[in-house]
Amino acid sequence: MVGLRTWSAVGVLALTATWTAATQAQTSPTERLVQAKSPPFSEGIYPCKECHDGPGDKTRRTLAFHEDVQTMFDHDAEHRWCLDCHDNADRNVLHLSSGDPVPFTESYRLCGQCHGDKYRDWRAGVHGKRIGHWDGEKTYSLCVNCHNPHSPRFKGVVEIDVDGKQTTAPTLEKIRPEPRPRRPEEMRP
Amino acid sequence: MSESKGLNILGSDAVDPLRRNFMRTAAAGAALAAMSGCNMDDFFRKHFKELSRTDLDAVLRKIEKRNLERFGKTTTVDATGARPGVEFGYGLDLSRCVGCRRCVYACVAENNQSREHPEIHWIRVLQMDKEHGVDLTHADMYYEPEHVPQPGKFYFPVQCQQCSDPPCVKTCPTGATWKEPDGIVVIDYDWCIGCRCCMSACPYGARHFNWAEPKLPADELNPDQHYLGNRPRPKGVVEKCTFCIQRTRKGRYPACVEICPVGARKFGNLLDPESEIRQVMDTKRVFIFKEELATHPHFYYFYAT
Repeated sequence: MVGLRTWSAVGVLALTATWTAATQAQTSPTERLVQAKSPPFSEGIYPCKECHDGPGDKTRRTLAFHEDVQTMFDHDAEHRWCLDCHDNADRNVLHLSSGDPVPFTESYRLCGQCHGDKYRDWRAGVHGKRIGHWDGEKTYSLCVNCHNPHSPRFKGVVEIDVDGKQTTAPTLEKIRPEPRPRRPEEMRP
Repeated sequence: MSESKGLNILGSDAVDPLRRNFMRTAAAGAALAAMSGCNMDDFFRKHFKELSRTDLDAVLRKIEKRNLERFGKTTTVDATGARPGVEFGYGLDLSRCVGCRRCVYACVAENNQSREHPEIHWIRVLQMDKEHGVDLTHADMYYEPEHVPQPGKFYFPVQCQQCSDPPCVKTCPTGATWKEPDGIVVIDYDWCIGCRCCMSACPYGARHFNWAEPKLPADELNPDQHYLGNRPRPKGVVEKCTFCIQRTRKGRYPACVEICPVGARKFGNLLDPESEIRQVMDTKRVFIFKEELATHPHFYYFYAT
């Protein structure tokens, strides 16, 4: 008899524990951050090693190739050039000022070196865009989803599809606004 | 002598005329209710907050049935309540907003607003001069340049500020609008009599009236609906932003947050110190709109730079 009562008590406790866990999970679900897909490289440009197979001349100069990038380049152009960010030894990666290599998929670490305030805000969810759940899984955009690294001042973005996932890519044109609301006098049927 | 001096308003009938008038009005009212197709259940229904679970379920199923009849589309209407320990806060970064109005139309689509005649937008984006700062006398909501932002201008979107002390709620004569525990000011469209007192009380112009039968194409109907949120409205009721109650009560971001191409819109739980909105409030220059009116909004404008 005693045994039975004890077991029921254990059963009730177990049930209560499960129920409590379930309610807690419902009221404070774990926040989960998912990285957005970065926009694709320009066609036929990657891997860079296909053309730049070894370390090259590190002198700053105007190049006879990559004309599109050189034309748009507006990222402290007075002081910067390609090899400040792109790695000379391994062109398939970027590098930090310390010389440590950074893959293109983690370019935000490179951006954060100079733009520390924005980097901090971005990590806290204050700068940049997040979609999904305010209390659960959220997808956050990367720097390169909105800023073109070669001309980073924000102009506009376009929705694109990368590996079946919706994401954005920066544009060089400013955004066209949606139509203005109708004035009251235009609303009469 | 003294009795005959007063105006003979009631007449001198032996039958109590007040009672007769009452019976007449009641009969006419009942006949009118029957003719207008208004269900007697609806007519004698309790206030939303007093409905039992069973009664509420019946009401929700009835709305789903009406949606099916009106739009030929299956919808789900729920009444998910406020979560304990949650108070919503909204942040808008004025140094980022470019005035593209994507939020306006994402809101219209999500919340089943009337598309035209009347055209209802819950969000208004005001273009202001940098020279003047936030100044409504120099604001223009009808701007239409080729591209935004325009030089020398900044953009100031306004929607319901979900006040902690909402003047609209104080003025409603029927109790059709109230503040929920999570901070959202809601409207029961079945309880609204269309007097528009709330609209004149709101200092933000955030409430909008369906002057005509709302025009909402069936193929654009959002089928995920909340009783106090985006369910289709009839003619003659007031509506406004609900922080997308049908999404946020289920943990999702509002539609305007998700569409914003510049990430200027932030949303979260003010009671959670780790939330994005709290990060904004802790680290940025934040202000509320028309602070001097002491409405205490849950909507915070800020400058990230």
